[in-house]
Parts: sequence; structure tokens; C-alpha cells
Amino acid sequence: MSGQSQRLNVVPTVTMLGVMKARLVGATRGHALLKKKSDALTVQFRQILKKIVSAKESMGQIMKTSSFSLTEAKYVAGDNIKHVVLENVQSASLKVRSRQENVAGVKLPKFEYFTEGETKNDLTGLARGGQQVQACRAAYVKAIEVLVELASLQTSFLTLDEAIKTTNRRVNALESVVKPRLENTISYIKGELDELEREDFFRLKKIQGFKKREIERQQAAAKKYAEEKFAEKISLERGISVNSAHNMLSATMQKDEDIIF
Amino acid sequence: MANRVQIPTRNSALIAMIADEDTVTGFLLAGVGNVDLRRKTNYLIVDSKTTMKQIEDAFREFTTREDIAVVLISQYVANMIRFLVDGYNKPIPAILEIPSKDHPYDPTHDSVLSRVKYLFSAESVASGRR
Repeated sequence: MSGQSQRLNVVPTVTMLGVMKARLVGATRGHALLKKKSDALTVQFRQILKKIVSAKESMGQIMKTSSFSLTEAKYVAGDNIKHVVLENVQSASLKVRSRQENVAGVKLPKFEYFTEGETKNDLTGLARGGQQVQACRAAYVKAIEVLVELASLQTSFLTLDEAIKTTNRRVNALESVVKPRLENTISYIKGELDELEREDFFRLKKIQGFKKREIERQQAAAKKYAEEKFAEKISLERGISVNSAHNMLSATMQKDEDIIF
Repeated sequence: MANRVQIPTRNSALIAMIADEDTVTGFLLAGVGNVDLRRKTNYLIVDSKTTMKQIEDAFREFTTREDIAVVLISQYVANMIRFLVDGYNKPIPAILEIPSKDHPYDPTHDSVLSRVKYLFSAESVASGRR
């Protein structure tokens, strides 16, 4: 995929290099921390999963017992117990309370059930089978306990799932997008800085070369001028042409001892 | 990290039920049923005459009501509105599938467990190879 490891558009200065390095350090540390968080969450996740599986099994069991006791109650107290119960419904006496628990940095909901008010007991089983009805009620309350526990586990499970997905997404994003981009930016800045340095170096050398040549040229010009003057002097003294004076001069350069001035 | 789903700390929330008559009767006996001033109940009795639309409406209503924290639904009813149950992804209220008298609990159809089937080994519950 093109553009997967682009670099950020920055001015390649030394300050920016420092800034980018700091950001890379931050990204690396964040990546490690998020990975740890993801691992911790996954551990919790698996634990909850195990608990859910066993709770669902026991729930199936308990529901069977409670519906059995209901059948008993119906058998004993007559079939119209249903209508009596339906009539009797007013406000719920069994309710749930939801709290938040913090597990490895994630807020998980937890339910607990509580009884509020009095269960309306009048009219049910007055005629016969009151005991069975009570037993049935107790069985269903127990079933509710297990069910609330299960609901609590299930919600934590779903919330954890969501949290794990988000964390993993962030880890992957850091690893495959943010860090490569920063690294590319850093190498680009370094490259540009080296290039600038080389340019400077080159410029310096060129200038030195110029200067040296300037100096040499000046020296050569000065020497030529000195020669000219000397040749003129000699030609004036001896009355010879400048050219032969030049020739004489260049000959003296070879240190001829016979000629005395 | 911003938690987009706000989990309310409620002090009292109800348990809703969509199940067959016997199951609902049993739970009503235990005291879970609630009828408020506008005669709205927190349970729906599903029998052979209940239409799918009624079930869907009840499900949608229970899951959007603020004071309901848990929805118990019989597994065979859940199978009827499987698409709604599977598409539901809010943590609250929690949807629990319960067995009924004629339909024992079948873990292969449970919407939560089937989502994590891949995490299980071959001999576990949700893979149904027991």
C-alpha cells in the first residue's frame, strides 16, 4: 500500500530532529504499555469466559429444578395459580443494582440483586398447596440469583471484548503507522542535515581553493613585476635592450659567476 | 481513554422477561414483575398466538428502556428474533438466554458464546461437540 511509511513534512533542522526523537521515544513507550494492558485484559477475558461457561451450565440445571417445582406447585394448588400470580403483579420486589468496577483500567459493570419491599403473598396458594408455592418461589429466587450473576459476567465480557479490540487497534496503529513514519522522518532529517554539511564543506573547500589560487597568482604577478623592474634598471645602466637584459637575467637565475654586477 | 459507553450506576433496575407462560409465572411468583402507572409491564408472555412483530417490539422496547438492566429471553424465542439478538451489542441491558421447559439449553445457539467460539478448544461447551 503506497503511503504506508511516508514521512511527516517538516523543516529539516536540528531542533526538529530533537522533537522527532522525543516523539519516537514516546511512541515506543506507549506501544509497550498498551501491549501490557492488552495482555492483562486478555487474561481477565479468559477468566471471565471460563466463569461464564460454568455459570451457564449451572443455570440450565437450576432452571430445570425451578420449573419442576413450578409444575409441582401447579399440580397441587390447581392450574389457575397462573392467573392469581398475574393479577398480583404490582411493583417488583426483586431488583438489580448496577455498579462499576475498575479492572485493569477498564470500567466493568457489575450487577447485584436486592429485594425491596414485600412480595405480595396474599391470594396465592391460600386454597391449597401453600407450601409448594413457597418452595417454588424460593427456587425461582435462587434462579434469579444465578441469572443476575450471569448477566453481570456477560456484560463485563462484552465490555472487555470491546476494550481489548480498541487497545489492540491502538497497538497495531502505533506499531505499523506511527513509528515507521517517525523513523522515516528522522532519517530524512538526518539525511538533509548531512547533505547541508557536505554542501558547506564543499563550499569551504572551494573558497579555500580560490584563495590559494588568488595568492599564487598575486605572488607570480609580484615576481614578474620585480623582474621587469630589475631588467629595466640593467638596461638603463648598460645601454642594452630590455630583451637582452631579460635574457641575461634569466641566465643569472642559473647562477653564472663570471658576470659580476 | 474516553469510555464512550456510559454505564449508569443505578440503584434499582428491573429484570425484563420474554418467555413462555410457565417461566414467566415462576419469575412473577418470585417477585420480578412490575406494572407501572401506565400499565406497562416488564414481561411478555410468548405463546403460540404471539406474532413475531409483538416479540420484536417487546424486545426493542425492553432494550431501550432506561430502567431495565437485564432481559431474560427464552432460547426458542431468541431463535425467532435471532437477527435482533445477534445485532444487539450494547452492554446494558444484558441479554440472557434461558432454557424453557420444552427446549433445554443449547449453547450452540447462544449469541454471546457463538461469538467467541474460536476461543474454545474442541471439547468445550460452545462448540457443541459434547
